[in-house]
Formats: sequence, structure tokens, C-alpha cells
Amino acid sequence: MDFVDYYKTLGIEKNATADDIKKAYRKLARKLHPDVNPNDKEAHKKFQQINEAHEVLSDAEKRKKYDQYGENWKHADQYEQARQQQQRGGSGSSGFGGSGFGSGFGGDEYTYSSEGEGGFSDFFESLFGGGRGRRSQTKYRGQDYNAELQLSLTDAYKTHKQTLTVNGKNVRITIPAGIENGQQIKLKSYGSPGSNGGPNGDLFITFVIKNDTDFKRQGNDLYKTEDIDLYTALLGGEKTIDTMGGKIKLKVNPETQNGTKIRLKEKGFPVYKKEGEFGDLYITWNIKLPVNLTQKQKDLFSELSNLST
Amino acid sequence: MENDELIPAEEFCMYHNIEYSFISSLEDSGLLRVTAVEQHTFIPSDELQKLEKFVRLHYDLDINLEGIETISHLLEKIDEMNREIIQLRNKIN
Repeated sequence: MDFVDYYKTLGIEKNATADDIKKAYRKLARKLHPDVNPNDKEAHKKFQQINEAHEVLSDAEKRKKYDQYGENWKHADQYEQARQQQQRGGSGSSGFGGSGFGSGFGGDEYTYSSEGEGGFSDFFESLFGGGRGRRSQTKYRGQDYNAELQLSLTDAYKTHKQTLTVNGKNVRITIPAGIENGQQIKLKSYGSPGSNGGPNGDLFITFVIKNDTDFKRQGNDLYKTEDIDLYTALLGGEKTIDTMGGKIKLKVNPETQNGTKIRLKEKGFPVYKKEGEFGDLYITWNIKLPVNLTQKQKDLFSELSNLST
Repeated sequence: MENDELIPAEEFCMYHNIEYSFISSLEDSGLLRVTAVEQHTFIPSDELQKLEKFVRLHYDLDINLEGIETISHLLEKIDEMNREIIQLRNKIN
């Protein structure tokens, strides 16, 4: 573990007054507080660091000990023992380490549980003993977690169960068919544990749906372009196409124009949490013209052309 | 109302050691939804998380009501933008 320069953390000089410390701390706390930096792990980490620096520098006794030993903090106990021996049992041993810091409201220490971490560095624990100080009796709700779950469009078409591991806990969730891209669901109490007996935060899962099909989804409707040959387009016929629910045979009307759109009712995407309800499927016909014509075909098309004029 | 569970405002104030006027000013500014039953004010449990955040912003960070309003508005915007980013990223993919 490394020495932590609390003065540097708060951006103040070593001779800063209590007021300077308070001001510097408040300024940084406003900037880095988890409430104004949701989901920003870096800000949360820095917030813990300034909290720790403030915990030490705002307490006269702790600050004295910190200033006294500075970078030699590892030998603080040895110095202390030697000093006591010199004094031969004289009174005035300051007895650092885990003394009460007061409690209740009104202190300047901002508490906020952050992802289940205690919040103080090993350096702090080693020099001052463990434990949090002010406002420790206040219960705080744990931080909410945000997670992203990727699904394919094919997966989102059907209701299915999925097991997630959140903080070592297995969470089995049912994802209803028809879930939207970007949709969020809340799992109550699966967030960070609360502090001092406060309730756990919640887990928010955002679904990111990747399209693994030829369909384009817009809400509950699906869109697809299908190729048909010139002869089917002109003379009419049948065409078997894939829908997300399986293959279906479609009738193509004679003299179908390129770009004609047809609507297949209830062959689209399932409606979220409405069993048996579906959006529509829109098919756009794309007429493919024949290539590599034989001489005979060319002659026949010329004849056809002459007939048309 | 999404959740019928109600927490007496008085109890909340006692628990957090805050003045009731803070809650009423949040309500006045439209930041908090409360329910009045026979002259008693209750906080719907689905508003609790938001209220606790406001308490922290005000009492821990010394941010006044106007500041809380601004922060809330900006956080909502950030949230909206994050959602939009996810959707756009997905469209690109």
C-alpha cells in the first residue's frame, strides 16, 4: 500500500486552515458526488478519496498524527512506542486508532454507499484503524446498478428465460417476447447493498437488441424486401417467403409493379406483454430483371416491344 | 400512482433529521409528488429514492432548491441521451 497525500487529494497547502479544508472538500464533493455522477466509477472512486482525505484532515487529532508521521507512517507505532518508553510511563499518550469521532447529523462527512465498498484505503485503515466516522447511524440505500443485456432480434421474438450473475448472485429473469431495443426493466433490491442496514439498491437492465435477420423492425411492425422474377411479376404466381414465425406462401398478382408493398396482418413482431398479439409484416416486391439473355429471348423481347408501341 | 405504499412525511423527517418545510418546498416546485390524507402528508414509496437524493444534495452538498431543480433536469437529460446513444449504437451495428 502506498502513502496517500491527503493535502494533494483536496488540492490544498499543508498549512491550510480548517475553513480552507472544508471549502476545498465541499467544492470537490459537489463535483464528484455519486448523485451527480451516476454510473461514473471514476468519479465514485475520487469521491471516496476526497472523503477519506477530509475524514483525516478535518479531525485535529488525526491531522496531527498524519502530519507528524507523513511518509513514515509505516513506522508510526514504533515511534509511538519509543516515545512512550522515553517518557517512562508519563501521561499524555494520545492513543490513536479508532477513537470515536462523534456521531449524529450535522457533520460534514458525506456518506454514500458506493458499490458495496467500505470507502477507505488500506493506508487509512493502517494509520487510523478501520471504521467510518460521522453520520454512521444513518441508514443509506445502496447504489443502483445498471447493466446492459444484448439480445438478438430472433431471441426477442420469443419469451425466454435467462440467468444473469449479479454480484455473485444468480438472477433468473423472464424476458417477455416483443421487448424493445433500449427498454429497461428494474429488478428490485439486486443493486449494491445498503449501508448501516439501509435497503439494497435496484438493478436496472437495459436491453440492446441486435438485428440478426433480414427484417427491419419498427415498433411491432416488420419490413422486408423480397425479390421476384420479371415473369412472376408480369403474369402473377406464388412466392414462398420466410417470416419470423415460419414460411408462408404468398400470391403475387399479375402486373405487379416494382416496389409494390403488401401488408401481412399479424405476421410482424409480438406485442410486448400482450400474448397472441402481433404487429404487421410489410413486404416490398423487388422485381429482378433477367440477365444474360439468349438471342431468342432478345428477339422475343423485341417483338414484345414492337407490339407495345 | 404506481405504488400504493405511503410513508408518513413526518416519520421521514424525523428519521433523516430534516425540516418538513424542505419536503413542502420540493412539492411546491414540482420536484416531488406527495399525497395528503386527512391533513397528513405521505410520501409514495416510489418517490422515496428521489427524495433521499434531494436530501443528500441539499444537506450534504449545500445545494439550494434552484440548484436541485437544475441538477434534476440535467440528470434527466443525461439519462435520456444515454438511452438514445444505446439505441443509435445498436442501429449502427
